[in-house]
Amino acid sequence: MTQQGVRWSAEQVLALAPDAASRKAGSKLAAAGPWSGTGCDDEGTVWGLCKGSGSKPYQTIVDMAESSAPAYKCSCPSRKFPCKHALGLLLLWAADPAAVPAGQEPPDWARQWLDGRRQRAERKEAAASGEGAADAEAARKRAERRAQRIDAGAGELERRLADLLRSGLAGAEQAGYALWEETAARMVDAQAPGLAARVRELGAIPGSGPGWPVRLLEECALLHTLVQGWLRRDRLPAELAATVRSRVGLPGSADGPPVRDRWLVLAQYDTADARLTTRRIWVHGEQTGRTALLLSYGAAGRAPDLMLPTGLALDAELSSYPGAGQLRAALGKQFAAPAPASPRPPGLTVAEAAARYGEALRGDPWLDSVPVTLEAVTPVPQGGRWQLADAAGEALPVTASACSGPGFWRLVALSGGAPLRVFGEYGHRGFTPLTVWPAGPGEAVTLR
Amino acid sequence: MAVTPSDWEDLVTSALLGTERRPPAVPAGGRDAPVALLDEAAQQTLRRRAGLRPAQAAPFLRPAPADPRPSLPPAAARRLSMLLTARPGSGGGGRRGTAPDLVELLPQWLALADGRGYAAPPEALPALLEAARGRTDLRPAVLSFAGPRALWLAGLNPEWRFALRAASGSGGGGGLPAGAGPERVRQLWEEGLFAERVALLSALRVRDAAAARSLLESTWTTERAEDRLMFLDSLRAQLCAEDEPFLERALADRSRNVRGTAAELLSALPGSALSLRMAARAATCVALDRTGADPCVVVEAPHACDAEMERDGVVAKAPSGRGERSWWLGQLVEAAPLATWPERLGGRTPEEIVALEIADGWEGELHAAWCRAAVRQGDAVWARALLGTPSAPEAAGPGAVGPAQRAKLLTTLDAEERAVWVAEFIAAHGLSEAFQLLGVCAVPWSAPLGQAVVDALDIARDAGSYPWSFSGVMGLAERCLDPADASRLAPLTATPAEAENTAPGAGGYWSEAFQRLDSTLRLRATMARELGAA
Repeated sequence: MTQQGVRWSAEQVLALAPDAASRKAGSKLAAAGPWSGTGCDDEGTVWGLCKGSGSKPYQTIVDMAESSAPAYKCSCPSRKFPCKHALGLLLLWAADPAAVPAGQEPPDWARQWLDGRRQRAERKEAAASGEGAADAEAARKRAERRAQRIDAGAGELERRLADLLRSGLAGAEQAGYALWEETAARMVDAQAPGLAARVRELGAIPGSGPGWPVRLLEECALLHTLVQGWLRRDRLPAELAATVRSRVGLPGSADGPPVRDRWLVLAQYDTADARLTTRRIWVHGEQTGRTALLLSYGAAGRAPDLMLPTGLALDAELSSYPGAGQLRAALGKQFAAPAPASPRPPGLTVAEAAARYGEALRGDPWLDSVPVTLEAVTPVPQGGRWQLADAAGEALPVTASACSGPGFWRLVALSGGAPLRVFGEYGHRGFTPLTVWPAGPGEAVTLR
Repeated sequence: MAVTPSDWEDLVTSALLGTERRPPAVPAGGRDAPVALLDEAAQQTLRRRAGLRPAQAAPFLRPAPADPRPSLPPAAARRLSMLLTARPGSGGGGRRGTAPDLVELLPQWLALADGRGYAAPPEALPALLEAARGRTDLRPAVLSFAGPRALWLAGLNPEWRFALRAASGSGGGGGLPAGAGPERVRQLWEEGLFAERVALLSALRVRDAAAARSLLESTWTTERAEDRLMFLDSLRAQLCAEDEPFLERALADRSRNVRGTAAELLSALPGSALSLRMAARAATCVALDRTGADPCVVVEAPHACDAEMERDGVVAKAPSGRGERSWWLGQLVEAAPLATWPERLGGRTPEEIVALEIADGWEGELHAAWCRAAVRQGDAVWARALLGTPSAPEAAGPGAVGPAQRAKLLTTLDAEERAVWVAEFIAAHGLSEAFQLLGVCAVPWSAPLGQAVVDALDIARDAGSYPWSFSGVMGLAERCLDPADASRLAPLTATPAEAENTAPGAGGYWSEAFQRLDSTLRLRATMARELGAA
């Protein structure tokens, strides 16, 4: 889809950056100085020559025909992706229409890459449609083998949990992280990444401050329930069995019926570990009233492909993943490019939001939080932490980690002591605000 | 089935100590004890999570005061967030590349936005306060632009407490409550903390100089010495002849620093008794000798520093390495009104006096003291005389008037005259001594000054030096050149062919430095446009 004449905002562009250093470097190149031969056409291609330290300028080109997943090419040697030149070019394009004039023909060097890219895309599409069903039997066998390995891993995890409780959690504090890391590695071997991740999180609890024995017991107990659920998956209702499978870490496929709607992007944020950047995007359907989660992953050093800045809306189809109360969905066909949207999601009272988490636990007892929009809440300090309180005098505590982040102060500043509409995740740890809408007219402000 | 907290605590205790040592009070029902414990704990955890109720709301905050200023244009708001995310020293190492240094542009952006009367976007306030926390030089501009909501916000975060202090320190409104009557002022003065009282006094001084003085006098004798010093210093603003009796009394203060400050303030009042006493003392030390072919000035430095001189603020003990007689002389001449000298030295004008020959090597001492006096008394005529002709060869030489003194003298001239003088100086002497002088010129630089700097940089490049020898001036130029001058730079941004006499690679570095200058100027022009400035 093309975005004729619609230039992005700087935030949209900066969200493409793989890391903070790139954002900084890109911002520095967002001035007309080093650029020459810049231009963009009506099909979403932007190009330019950037003077670097060498004699030959870098050739930078960005293809935004698929605007939720732009493609980049630059002749610089950087391994960052997109590189600072691509970011700088897009920032310049976003900020200054005169510096990157529209309606140009791409130069030859840009044309070459574009043509090659579009041909490859066509070939891939053709190949995908021709895939046979002959592999179904082999796939079934593979799944069976994997289930057996997970069974073995789950049994081992149960024994370890029982041993731990028998000798006492106090010992876990002394044993340190290594104990958990080893168990997690065993779960990875057993091809149960969901279990591995939970085990690793257990390892962090003994060092997490006062009250850790309670939290450790809670999480051990829920992990035990998950393992029991896996071992008896044949006897569970289908929905719950699907939830257990996805919590254990088996890949599901988004085979729910496609739902077309105008999806408002409520929040987009990344979490990263050493190997992987996970991007979570919350969207809300204007007609269906559904809230859905889109996930996108990027290997270390690369930004995840999918990019939907907060405040845009896209006309598209979403398909759900299986599982009770499953909010995760896959983005299907898009009917128009994402465009800035003024509507705001409908909100709940504090009491309704609290009830919503409780209800969601019925479908998925391992759920840490649910997405909720609070209609009109005011941040209120309380004993070193913060609450979000509504007019009824009821309040949700803000999670400790969110209170200490710089984004939270943006929420307080925007509020100025007056109520606001806030979207975030609410669960047993408290409320994590992600996006806030000012009381008057104005764009959504992201908090992470 | 009701669960009491003690059931749960019992589970936690068993889990912590181990089921072997402390079996849980859960019926095992054929399960191993740990499994029974985990089952029970899971059930209770879920029950508690599912039943989470909202907390009772704490008392609401008092709302932030309204900010009536119009909000920023969207492009300017985006620019601000970009400037605020930039960090100093990015790029690493000494080489700065061709991109503008965003951190250095923030002060200018703030001044521009504040000058246009825009309100800061609320969501930018935390980043603005963070920037001001790290850089004290930014604080006044940030706090002025950030407005009342930033102070409200700062009251909630201990890390931003500086903003409250600074706000009460700026006379703008923190110090003196609007419409506060004399009783209220007196109450604040008598009950306030030290910083609040300084702020109150400074604010009142601006509004009503006499009232501020009498407020201070009313409690003067009971104040601590350090406090007296700070309070006395706030009389510097709106200094007037009516302050003299009070200042005269302060000359007898117990504290030497208070005495010194009182004397300094009195000497800045040209008609004061103290300056007349100093004039009389100084005049006895300096005389015109008409016996030779050309008249010359002879100096007879004081032989002693008596108690009267000390009372008038003369510091008796010279710093190590300085003769005490010349030290005393310098202080006398500095505190004497400059009007003393034409009378004393045969009716000559300041130019003629500065041009007089001075006997026995006293020239340095005497000229330096006259410079200090011209700065203290804000005397442009004398400053002009002491600065001399900018293109004169000695103007850049190791004469009596060093670059720091000269920069101070320049501040007594009006902006245009200052710029012209510095432009002529640079045209004659180049940039190596110009940094401090440029620092006192008004921003953006006037056309002749900008031209002089660009030409001098061009000459330096042709002379074959490296650009980082001029990095100070380059940095200033990036911030201070008029963006309208950017077109002049175009020919300089190209990499010239390497000539024989130049340093290797210098041409490329120069081209890079000029590109950065060029892109910074363009960015500044864009910034101004975004803020709706011409």
